[in-house]
Amino acid sequence: MATKTYLQAISDALREEMRRDSRVFLIGEDIGVYGGAFKVTQGFLQEFGEDRVIDSPLSETAIVGSCTGAALMGMRPVCEMQFSDFVSCAFDQLVTVAAKQHYRVGTPVPMVVRLPSGGGFSGGPFHSQNPEGYFAHCPGLKIACPATPADAKGLLTQAIRDPNPVLYFEHKHLYRRIKGEVPDGEHVVEFGKARVHREGTDLTVVTYGAMVYTAEEAADAVSKDGTSVEIVDLRTVTPWDRQAVLDSVAKTSKVIVLHEDTHTSGFGAEIAATIAEEAFEQLDAPVVRVTAPDAPIPFSPPLEKAFLPQVADVVAAIEKLSAY
Amino acid sequence: MATGTLVDVVMPQMGVSVSEGTITRWAKAVGETIEADETIVEISTDKVDTEVPSPASGVVRELYAGEGDTVPVNTRIAVIETGGEGGGGEAPAEAPPAAPEAAAPAPAEPAAEAAPETQPAPAAPAEGNGNGHNGDGRTFVSPVVARMVAEHGLDVSAIPGTGRGGRVTKKDVQQFIDAGGTAAPAQAPEVHDVPHFAPPPEAPAPAPPAAPAAPAVEVAALGQAGPGEELYRFNTIRKVIARHMRHSLETAAQVTTVIEVDMTGVVNLRKKWKPEYQSRYGVNLTYVPFVARATIDAIGRWPWVNAEVHGESALIKKYVNLGMAVAVDDAKGLMVPVIQHAEEKNLVGLSRSVIELADKARTKTLSPDEMSGGTFTITNPGVFGALIGTPIIPEGQVAILDVEAIVKRPVVVTDAHGNDAIAIRHMMFLCLSYDHRLVDGAYAAQFMAQVKQNLESWDENAFGL
Repeated sequence: MATKTYLQAISDALREEMRRDSRVFLIGEDIGVYGGAFKVTQGFLQEFGEDRVIDSPLSETAIVGSCTGAALMGMRPVCEMQFSDFVSCAFDQLVTVAAKQHYRVGTPVPMVVRLPSGGGFSGGPFHSQNPEGYFAHCPGLKIACPATPADAKGLLTQAIRDPNPVLYFEHKHLYRRIKGEVPDGEHVVEFGKARVHREGTDLTVVTYGAMVYTAEEAADAVSKDGTSVEIVDLRTVTPWDRQAVLDSVAKTSKVIVLHEDTHTSGFGAEIAATIAEEAFEQLDAPVVRVTAPDAPIPFSPPLEKAFLPQVADVVAAIEKLSAY
Repeated sequence: MATGTLVDVVMPQMGVSVSEGTITRWAKAVGETIEADETIVEISTDKVDTEVPSPASGVVRELYAGEGDTVPVNTRIAVIETGGEGGGGEAPAEAPPAAPEAAAPAPAEPAAEAAPETQPAPAAPAEGNGNGHNGDGRTFVSPVVARMVAEHGLDVSAIPGTGRGGRVTKKDVQQFIDAGGTAAPAQAPEVHDVPHFAPPPEAPAPAPPAAPAAPAVEVAALGQAGPGEELYRFNTIRKVIARHMRHSLETAAQVTTVIEVDMTGVVNLRKKWKPEYQSRYGVNLTYVPFVARATIDAIGRWPWVNAEVHGESALIKKYVNLGMAVAVDDAKGLMVPVIQHAEEKNLVGLSRSVIELADKARTKTLSPDEMSGGTFTITNPGVFGALIGTPIIPEGQVAILDVEAIVKRPVVVTDAHGNDAIAIRHMMFLCLSYDHRLVDGAYAAQFMAQVKQNLESWDENAFGL
């Protein structure tokens, strides 16, 4: 067990799976010679060679399409979108081809799309998005959104071994900011098993990705007033751990659903609707969503701060629900 | 359509110490126009009866309380929409909602009506706009609170609320329960032994049950069990039993009469018939069907013990739905299956019913129909050797017969020639608890004497009857 950054944990998972399984290869823009825009694959070209670390043309459609084909031929491709925002170029390849292949033909499609996502550093509207909601709507894709370095490694390892296409959202704001203990060697985290990041009794925050830390700071702040907040980290959005959420709702009866994605049809709506359907008699207050507003992400730092859910926003929601 | 401003009409504070007021009469109905300072409602408080002037000119959009309702001061009771041209020609497009039931007091539940399983939670008020800023959060009961008060049989209005606007929160309920909060006095009997009872049309409306004196300091918080103690929290059956027993004693004028029966004849008959009952009918012949049959026949002559009292009237039943008290859960629980139309069954049929229903009671497989509609109940602690008892009358009935142990005793018997002798006989006490509101001692004693006679003169040739 060693303390590593979130980024190192991702890099480790890739390296260990490539060493373990010769079918695993990487493809993406500038991931070889340059080592990737965020240096996740630094040194990979030297260790694994040009056949397994492929610098691609600037075409997300081609990258995802070639991954789908390679997966059908028995390989285990892992591609990188330089920014998750660019995945929209490959939307058709993902939702029409990769997601439906197993349903149509019965063949597995073991591929991973790595998606550096999220805002918080003035990336503007094209380099800051959290597009998991689009894909959560599409049957046939799995979606992981790790929050901790240990989960970053464990979920990526599982993603590579999974027989389905997996979208792996790695939050850029966590890359070097978050450090944590990461198990050495093989470490696999099962999909669909949420993690209680913090236990509490008064109110539940259901979230994932970087917002886990926003929730944690908010929980720290309100704990001074004696409010005990439970934080449920979903870890994976598809599949998501309904039971863990419902269990927590049964305990606290008040829920905030928190995500960095925009509001309308964000994944939080699915969580809130499920709680309303399956835990209505457990509720002591309305389910509250804290999300980004329905707008493109602004470039200006003050505007971006106003746009993204902040600790103060979560604190305000907690206080409102506590007083309900 | 241009919408005007909405102005609230609230229950005014008519004096410092006045906390609530009662709506005596609405001077305006929904949809009617009203001028500022025109009377909108007449109210009555502890201090004064008065007319309340409208705070604005416009159209009455909603009335939130009905005539006769008592609401706290500053509660919104109506909304007036201003700015329209009076709404005279323009009928309100959508029917305005009637005054919501939230503020209306729950009507007293006639005890005989089909018993609700639980206290209905007050409905949430229809909130016109905004989300709950009607200043009277107590009227809103959240789903979890509704479920908890139902499960624990609590009265939500008795629980102090700390939520927004005084709303009762989940924590409030939990604290109330933890502090030993008591169940609401049962408004109506709750479960199985409630008879189906349709009052005849000419019957006077049953008076609401007198509210039992609130069990003020009935339960001190028990806290935790100490060394050598075990804390037992009532299960559902226990709660129902507790509530029924208490309520029955509070309602009926209960008294018990005891009579002694010489069962020697029945004991001999049973001994004689038992093997053949087993082989021919496949039933184990016990004493209970004998007593049941003798009782049913006696009811035919003394039907007032087979009745139901409501206020100052009683319904005398011509049929006998016989309740059989059965101990369950290692005698820590009690169920009362009912033999429907027991008067139509002979000794074989009664034997079979007793066995079947007792089995179902012990295995908890009784259907609701098999537990409802009882008109008279027999309980049988005699199997455990009990000699005398004063059972509590099941709610909705006026009598219960306690069958005690049959024991051999030396008694004085008189032969046909009037000669007395001491003999060893199989003797048994029967104890009848009955509701003195309807049944007097002389009537009960004669009913008991009839049961005694039926048992002591059982026809030896009436095998199976």
